[in-house]
Amino acid sequence: MSQLLPPGFFTATVPLNAYLILSAILFAIGAFGFLFRKNIITIYMCIELMLNAVNLSFVTFSYQFGKVDGQIYSFFVMVVAAAEAAVGLAIILTIFRNRNTLQIDEIDSLKN
Amino acid sequence: MDVLLFTFFALVAIVGAVSLVLQKHPISSALSLVSVMVALSVLFLLLGAEFIAAAQLVVYSGAIMVLFVFVIMLLNAGAERESRKAGLAQFLGLPLTAALLVFASYVITQSMSNAKAVKFGAFTGGGPREVGWALFTQYLLPFEVTSILILVAIAGAVVLARKEID
Repeated sequence: MSQLLPPGFFTATVPLNAYLILSAILFAIGAFGFLFRKNIITIYMCIELMLNAVNLSFVTFSYQFGKVDGQIYSFFVMVVAAAEAAVGLAIILTIFRNRNTLQIDEIDSLKN
Repeated sequence: MDVLLFTFFALVAIVGAVSLVLQKHPISSALSLVSVMVALSVLFLLLGAEFIAAAQLVVYSGAIMVLFVFVIMLLNAGAERESRKAGLAQFLGLPLTAALLVFASYVITQSMSNAKAVKFGAFTGGGPREVGWALFTQYLLPFEVTSILILVAIAGAVVLARKEID
């Protein structure tokens, strides 16, 4: 088995920057979706994606400094995200009940 | 093995995120987001954050995504219609997010010169015992404030989603 695999297969390490750049990529994709999508629920999921990307950064820095503090921060981000999801989805529910649409460009009664 | 696992799950996360943005139907987007969250929980495990990896699975891909799917089904949300108005974001969105990504990558590669290499099992301070110890000593006040936040969120959600009785 070990002859078939390239040398260093079990001992090779990943650079820490790879995790940080993955986090940046996920955040950028989330921001892109936030700007482009018109469905309010999808926009909300893009926000969750950005929060997740930031969590990955927190946990990566926790590894870098060898402390658990970064993980505690990401734990708090999760708790706030859960509270935010509950309230935000209730707001979406109310908007849909009053206006019968989920398209954000049709919810423009404050414009003009 | 670390490289293989990281590459595979990073690709799953990126493909899931792109699929989340490109899918027209909210349910497809929600399932893409679940795949991103599961992949991220594996990456948390590789970084030695065992408790956060479990919480990610339970809280995010369990509770929050179920809430999302529940609301999508409750509202019977169909596929997104094409927008008739092209806003400023249509032209500036892609260049600005690309600039954000390039700038963030530049800052990361410039400032993280003393970055460690990630080896699974090298950092063991992320188990439930260590997280609980930090949470109930150093971070006790934020933890208690969190409970008030959740209470407010519950009350707010109930008030907002209640049917008007009149």
